[in-house]
Amino acid sequence: MGKNRLGLIGAGIVVVLFAIALSAPILSPCNPTELDGQHILSRPDHHHWFGTDRLGRDVLSRVIWGSRISLLVGFVAVGIATLIGIFLGALAGYYGRWVDSLIMRFVDLMLCFPTFFLILAVIAFLEPSIWNIMVVIGLTGWMGVARLVRAEFLSLKEREFVLSARALGASDLRIIFRHILPNALAPVLVSATLGVAGAILTESALSFLGIGIQPPTPSWGNILTGGKDNLEIAWWLSFFPGLAILITVLGYNLLGEGIRDALDPRLRRE
Amino acid sequence: MLYHILKRILLSLPLLIGITFVSFVVIHLAPGEPVSLQTDLNPRVSAASKAQLRHLYGLDEPLPLQYLKWVGRSFRLDFGRSFSPDGRKVTEKIAERIPITILLSLLEMLVILLVAIPIGILSATRQYSLFDKATTVFVFIGFAIPTFWLALLCMNLFGIHLGWLPISGLQSLDYARLSLGGKILDRLRHLILPVLVGSFGGLAGFSRYMRSNMLEVIRQDYIRTARAKGLAERTVIYKHALRNALLPVVTILGLSVPSLIGGGVIFETIFAIPGMGQLFYNSVMSRDYPVIMGILVIGAALTLLGNLLADISYALVDPRIRLSKGQ
Repeated sequence: MGKNRLGLIGAGIVVVLFAIALSAPILSPCNPTELDGQHILSRPDHHHWFGTDRLGRDVLSRVIWGSRISLLVGFVAVGIATLIGIFLGALAGYYGRWVDSLIMRFVDLMLCFPTFFLILAVIAFLEPSIWNIMVVIGLTGWMGVARLVRAEFLSLKEREFVLSARALGASDLRIIFRHILPNALAPVLVSATLGVAGAILTESALSFLGIGIQPPTPSWGNILTGGKDNLEIAWWLSFFPGLAILITVLGYNLLGEGIRDALDPRLRRE
Repeated sequence: MLYHILKRILLSLPLLIGITFVSFVVIHLAPGEPVSLQTDLNPRVSAASKAQLRHLYGLDEPLPLQYLKWVGRSFRLDFGRSFSPDGRKVTEKIAERIPITILLSLLEMLVILLVAIPIGILSATRQYSLFDKATTVFVFIGFAIPTFWLALLCMNLFGIHLGWLPISGLQSLDYARLSLGGKILDRLRHLILPVLVGSFGGLAGFSRYMRSNMLEVIRQDYIRTARAKGLAERTVIYKHALRNALLPVVTILGLSVPSLIGGGVIFETIFAIPGMGQLFYNSVMSRDYPVIMGILVIGAALTLLGNLLADISYALVDPRIRLSKGQ
């Protein structure tokens, strides 16, 4: 049962990350935006465990506070994407025919754009506020969820419980939301968990390029920008934030795969 | 067969129109209007001049008309002129950068194929072995690692501390003085890091895919038949199983076009490679809207093309589809 263990490790990482993010004010040794002109780009030592950046800010504190940004962006973006995906997927799967074709064509269209290009272009036109970033990542990530929900609806809508609900006179809306949807949510949970991982990667890539979260707000991505700019002299700026991203994304991936394995035999048994 | 291809091409046309429509919507997200972008810095511009400019650019026409005109121009690949100081035609700027990006993408695809396929085969045939477990770990890390971080680490290790590989650009400063062989070697050395790092994510995904595909194929009846016939295991795996497992390879390659194009932005910027991705990044930073839109449309069109080719080649390669259409 090695798979169960991996999933639990993922869950553990996720929980620890939440704890770190929530306790950031208590946990971080320094103020993440406090400048220290005396210790610019200093190596990791007993005072600054992860070293300092170009403006003398403590990297450890910035990494701890950065977890808040990552989690916030991850969850809100995935929340938006999941809501849109459920809505469109349910409509397409339930009503079928031209509604289905229309929505699926729209999905194909959105999938034509290299996602990162589209996100970059849109954020170039707006300003890189955290809200814009969350909405844009959400607006470009709903397609997978829509397809999943549609597939579930297509298979579920011919079942007896739906037919009997309809025979009892339930309205379409009621059938969709109270009867079919709760049964269709299992794969959505997996997709959402994996989606958080993806959203965190995207946000850090955007911040790294300078089009995401702007300093002085600490984001793992924008600490890495400092790493790129000071490549030869400050390896710690490159190493630690990236490691944080790796562990976080790994945790969510493992958790998502674990949920998928846990739910899968149950689905097949139905 | 031909009918199948034509049908696919025909279905792509509405998508192409849709791409232009979405791009048009994206342009109009820009706060302010193009005229104020150009004239705001000059306080002496009169309202009449602004109206004149607006009329010149066709901005006072109704939106649907503007859209139609824009689509017409896009199909002629006329995206206007760049806002940047050199003011060159957008199409020119993109055209001189596309070859490099395409070269990088092709090299990355090659690396992915050469490395991921053997890994996939070996982990499928030696399921649950140490090799399989090791590659599973590798795949999970490959999915979770931020590729730009990997790039930075590799640049640090191989470029700075070990000094083995160059970390920026496509050629060294003394390129002109090198011999022909030296020139080729120099180019190759510059390409190693970007290509290897860029293909990392795709490698992880693809080897996992190959593994599950091979596992599925090996369980088929015809493999059992081949073994019962007394064929050597090598023949069974490499001649029979592999051929069937490789069928979707072309499709996967076609589907990975968008991520290779999109990923190019990060790598070309980090490694200072003058490709389309770096142009996109620079344009985004300097709000050079015509170039941004041009690359967006072209990028989407290339993705569409990649999907189309993947679709068509799968129909060509899979005899079940190829022969069934000949009725």
